[in-house]
Amino acid sequence: MSWLKQTFTSSIGRKYAMALSALFLIIFLLQHFAINFTSVFSEKTFNELSHFMGTNPLVQFALQPVLIFGVVYHFVMGFVLEIKNNKARNVKYAMNKGEANSTWFSRNMIVSGLVILAFLVVHFYDFWIPEILHKYVEFAPEDPNRYWTETVEKFHDPIRVGIYSLSFVLLSMHLLHGFQSAFQSVGARHSKYTPLIAKIGKIYAIAIPAGFIFIALYHHLNAL
Amino acid sequence: MSTTKGMNLTLKVWRQKNSQAQGSMETYKVSDISPDSSFLEMMDILNEQLVGENNEPVAFDHDCREGICGSCSMYINGEAHGPVKGVTTCQLHMRSFKDGDTIYIEPWRAKAFPVIKDLVVDRGAFDRVMAAGGFISVNTSGNTQDANAIPIQKENADKAMDAATCIGCGACVATCKNASAMLFVSAKVSQFALLPQGQVERQERVLNMVKQMDEEGFGNCSNTGACEVECPKGISLENIARMNREYMSASISAE
Repeated sequence: MSWLKQTFTSSIGRKYAMALSALFLIIFLLQHFAINFTSVFSEKTFNELSHFMGTNPLVQFALQPVLIFGVVYHFVMGFVLEIKNNKARNVKYAMNKGEANSTWFSRNMIVSGLVILAFLVVHFYDFWIPEILHKYVEFAPEDPNRYWTETVEKFHDPIRVGIYSLSFVLLSMHLLHGFQSAFQSVGARHSKYTPLIAKIGKIYAIAIPAGFIFIALYHHLNAL
Repeated sequence: MSTTKGMNLTLKVWRQKNSQAQGSMETYKVSDISPDSSFLEMMDILNEQLVGENNEPVAFDHDCREGICGSCSMYINGEAHGPVKGVTTCQLHMRSFKDGDTIYIEPWRAKAFPVIKDLVVDRGAFDRVMAAGGFISVNTSGNTQDANAIPIQKENADKAMDAATCIGCGACVATCKNASAMLFVSAKVSQFALLPQGQVERQERVLNMVKQMDEEGFGNCSNTGACEVECPKGISLENIARMNREYMSASISAE
């Protein structure tokens, strides 16, 4: 077994891999939010940025595969670890007070993760698959001004807005533990910086999902 | 002499004849328990009662009864070592409970800690992790350097000492929702990694100890922090972060 394989199949190696994929997804989510947010105040900016992200070869053929790998790895390894961890305690306690020593969010990452996965299925069905079909299957002519209208139309449906909002609440819970946990996993813990990381983590975990909910509600209410 | 009224309690205790037998929670009543008695003294009273009734006493681990040895290991009312933080089961007193309470008493639950009998579990997995690298090889043929002659930064000496206070009771494993042993292993890795004496075997130590930990079937740490809260010695999660760094650095640079 090569040292690389041995390292990344060990318990600590998997922690690193989960954390690094999480940190990558955290950065991705931030830029996704920044672009989406422009749809609230400028149709033109949103179209320009979306057109750039949708057609730039570096984004499409270098970053997008990394993103897909990161998402798939994070989900698959999340489930693998959950199954392994369940097996590590084959007989459960008759009475267990988890709330006495840890947060609900930290103990239920698999629950929030499952809701986020379900959301991603809807999200891919709504946006990503039509985009891929449009560009790489149908080879439809590119209209740099189509993005804003297409996106905003999706938020006219109140059920979709409801699903989005609920999913982002669960994403917030996932991030409330996940953000600082990712730093701890890669060993980035220091008495000077960890309190700051924890604070930034809390702000990020609440502000970004709340921002996504705001965008969905804004477009929904704006169309009424 | 205490004049406090004795307590009447209902105990739900895990009984299991041997490692192969199917266990179950059994209910017992104990009465007139002094709030000043320790939890283990209460268990002694229960056992005297059971012996008097010609029943098998409850087997449980205990030794020093001073919070030092790490022998006692009971999961009490859903928490390792019971509801009081920073103490082992032997340091828990009945004043932490109320008259009429029902108390659940279970063994540590982890695949890597199989039940031997009743509340006694086999913590040999910890011994094997220690044997894999939790030591410093020292030539003791008479030319050993006095440890006090080696200058050590005070901050590192303190951190190493804090890590070394781990008594290996296994409360971290019992508490962790994943039955992970990372707090224990990280404390043992840290206590040597921080000292000059530990540098020679630094890389192979962390690699071997983590490998053994994984082979024993402990779960993976998901940073809930429950272990740190329930640890009777207050071992910090900082040790796990250090072990993660040590492991990755050793994996990359060790030959």
